[in-house]
Amino acid sequence: MADEVKAPSAPAASGGTDARGEGRTDRGDRGGRGPRPGGGPGGPREGGRKYFRRKKVCKFCVEKIEAVNYKDVRLLAQFVAESGKITPRRLTGVCTPHQRRLSKAIKQARNIALLPFAGRAQ
Amino acid sequence: MNRSYEVMFIVRPDMPDEDLNKLISTLESSVTSAGGTAKSEVWGKRRLAYKVAKFNEGIFVLLVIEAPGGAIVHEVERRLRVTEQVIKFITVRTDEELKRLEKVKKIRESRKKTSAAAPVTPATPEAGAEPAPTAV
Repeated sequence: MADEVKAPSAPAASGGTDARGEGRTDRGDRGGRGPRPGGGPGGPREGGRKYFRRKKVCKFCVEKIEAVNYKDVRLLAQFVAESGKITPRRLTGVCTPHQRRLSKAIKQARNIALLPFAGRAQ
Repeated sequence: MNRSYEVMFIVRPDMPDEDLNKLISTLESSVTSAGGTAKSEVWGKRRLAYKVAKFNEGIFVLLVIEAPGGAIVHEVERRLRVTEQVIKFITVRTDEELKRLEKVKKIRESRKKTSAAAPVTPATPEAGAEPAPTAV
């Protein structure tokens, strides 16, 4: 948060000054990547970062996958970031009940060493 | 009331096959002698996502158990804990999930039948009681 105050002393963050100038209360990124959710339309980098959200549909609802098993690593790995973290549903477009089941399955898979807790899955 | 469980365990990769089969048959017999059914599936050697007991690989085995009550699975878990070759295990209870899947399937079938007869979304009492997303 202190970095934002030092805006004039950060010449490299020129891309982000416009975003910051709009007075968003969120901690903006320095690289001018785009506003955090909660802001208006801006950098359309990843889906679900603007108001409109591009009508992202829940993959499970569309394909009618009812059971999310901890055993199908390939399906689960799609919803896990490179760092091993579970991707939030505003980025993946999954609906809430499916996200809950997915999260439970991912945690089970992590426990049985099918998915890593941190770092990329070798 | 038959409960269904899935026990997945990992065995050290340098364990010989006969020992593995012996272990599996011991576990299966302990289940069947106590009044349940067991089915085993050996997944084989797989890379682990992180080091477990200093190993990077392990032999995965899946054991599907159907038993009345939880004491049998407790016994299986106890055996797994005692066995030195088993480095990790997880037990998942699956009967509730299967029940839910059955319910959803039934609702989908009933919907298909009524939609084939008339294009009206059926407000069946089952749909009202079901918490899963019906607005697919």
